[in-house]
Amino acid sequence: MFGTGADTGSYDDFEHTDVIVVWGSNTQEAHPIIYNHMRRGIKNGAKMVLIDPRKLAMENFSEIWLPVNVGTDIALANAIGHVIIEEKLYNALFVKNATLFFEEYRNQVERYTPEFAERITGIPQEKIRATARLYATANRAMMAWTLGITEHHNGTNNVHALINLALLTGHVGKPGSGLMPLRGQNNVQGSGDMGALPNKLPGFFNVEDIKARERLERAWNCEINPENGLNVSEMQEAMHEGKLKFLYVIGENPLQSDANTTRVAEAFSNLDFLVVQDLFLTKTAQIADVVLPAAGWAEVEGTYTNSQRGVQRVRKAKNPPEEARDDLAIFCDLANQFGVNWRYETAKDVWDELRSLSPAHFGMTYERIDREYELQWPCPKLDEPPTQILHTRLHTNDVGLKAKFVLVNYEPPVDVVDEEHPFVLITGRRLAFYNTGVTTNNYGSKVKDQKEYLEICPKDAQRLGIDTGTVVRVQSRRGSVVVPIRISNKLSEGTLFMSFHFPDQVDTNVLTSDDVDKKSGVAPFKYTAVQIEPFLVSEE
Amino acid sequence: MSTILDNQNILSTICSFCGTGCGIEITVENGQPVRVAGDKKSPVSHGETCVKGSQGWGYIQSKERLTYPLVRRNNRLERSSWSEALKIITSAVHRVKSQYGSDGFGCFSSSRSTNELNFLAQKFMRQVIGSNNVDSCNRT
Repeated sequence: MFGTGADTGSYDDFEHTDVIVVWGSNTQEAHPIIYNHMRRGIKNGAKMVLIDPRKLAMENFSEIWLPVNVGTDIALANAIGHVIIEEKLYNALFVKNATLFFEEYRNQVERYTPEFAERITGIPQEKIRATARLYATANRAMMAWTLGITEHHNGTNNVHALINLALLTGHVGKPGSGLMPLRGQNNVQGSGDMGALPNKLPGFFNVEDIKARERLERAWNCEINPENGLNVSEMQEAMHEGKLKFLYVIGENPLQSDANTTRVAEAFSNLDFLVVQDLFLTKTAQIADVVLPAAGWAEVEGTYTNSQRGVQRVRKAKNPPEEARDDLAIFCDLANQFGVNWRYETAKDVWDELRSLSPAHFGMTYERIDREYELQWPCPKLDEPPTQILHTRLHTNDVGLKAKFVLVNYEPPVDVVDEEHPFVLITGRRLAFYNTGVTTNNYGSKVKDQKEYLEICPKDAQRLGIDTGTVVRVQSRRGSVVVPIRISNKLSEGTLFMSFHFPDQVDTNVLTSDDVDKKSGVAPFKYTAVQIEPFLVSEE
Repeated sequence: MSTILDNQNILSTICSFCGTGCGIEITVENGQPVRVAGDKKSPVSHGETCVKGSQGWGYIQSKERLTYPLVRRNNRLERSSWSEALKIITSAVHRVKSQYGSDGFGCFSSSRSTNELNFLAQKFMRQVIGSNNVDSCNRT
């Protein structure tokens, strides 16, 4: 938020707060240790509000559970905002001092009465009011979300709708009050911070910032392209159009992890040249022109940046197998084929160059990280502490740049539920597994349920005459898969859940839609309209 | 590369799965990790780990790991040397650049990998290729 996507607070804030709103996040399974922080917070007296279509195990510990209809979060958030304003529960001082466009926001949410929102979200109006009161009247409140918010066709707007509630109440930038987008992968935060983004240079500078480009041009003795690049989804469009011909893929498996995999494969078939640098011969690597064997976790030195902006050291415990090599050495050798004379001996050399280009990282030397374990950015000075909480200035007289309410409206999902496709399929992660399973397919017998299944609520199963173990065909507008079902009390009528951890058995992402959020390029993995029917063996 | 060893065979590092960043300790015997446990010194996780962190790391020792470069010959991936693989990439870069310019390139960098790798990947794209077409699945 406010231009830098990052948690505003720290995990410890979950332990010392009054209200924890968990919105579109199965924290207990996807971020178990962050959930432990929340649990300690609840033990210390915090009340949890769980907003999720699924009745997750966390519901046992929550004060309020709002089983919101999939994809209607903006209607719910705007209705909560409506109640907070109507009942005069907002933080008028904070709104006046630290925000812009409150009047516009007030007008925007006026039509989102709890009655109106109930019809869209399926949440009774009294529960909407109770949630608004609980959040707004708390002294301190945390709000956490993950892909249940962002993996929709309007994911960016969903995030704005949540941020608006924090601006209305001042629940941001204080101990125990913050906005926490929990990061799904170990270095999501860091890869963006390093400038592996089409619109950002290292250190949070915009590509469009001419001064930032000039600094890099001097440092690297080259011209920096002044135009923003393409994000992952846009690159695949350019591949479809035959404009992007050379792709370098590092440690990703888009042929199985991206939405609408049939169309992804078409895009890749248009390439002239594909390089894949990975640990394994993934489905994506199998169609590459060159495959480079990389060193993996515990085989390299370096740093990761976690969800609370904390930079930490990773260390080398073993050598990579045979001829596999450290990514840094691979890139040095490759770059030097083009005469740029890269001379990085160690990961520290690379880090020190980044520090010289990113003031927010300058105070974090390897020696200091070794000593202090974790340093949260911004940390510009060698001798000053790092930053546990962002945006504290919003609560001071010296507010500086004010935070803006961004007006967003509920828009129905693009992949419409109708008679032919009457169910909403949600996809997500299960506790012991990770994404396309490349790294979690060899637990041996230590972990149970190492296979895909489709979860369905008892009522729907009964209506269709199917039971746990029945094999069904799941059909979306893009493709179909065959999978056994399991009856689950987590789900409500009309919704289904499946993971994407076992693509070689069940290629879930054949089903999902690639109708991405235009602002972020993220696909709506949480909303796919599907039909299911018992699968007869004779069909194959 | 220097490695900090807490004592002879316990190495402190960070888990490679989700974005929490739990501190873990790897017990190393004869150059191979044999056990992973939570690192009590971690200000993030205070010694806690989940099943992925403590049990899920075996993939690094998998027999399925890639152990040498592969290049496509006669529509099949075959073993090559590093120098040959890099030469093939380099000539493909020159070929695509002359035909399509820097817009013809893209890089999916990795939000699984280190900050340092991501820094070099974007530097390669911006300095060597001249394109800002670099992204990772960093919104998920």
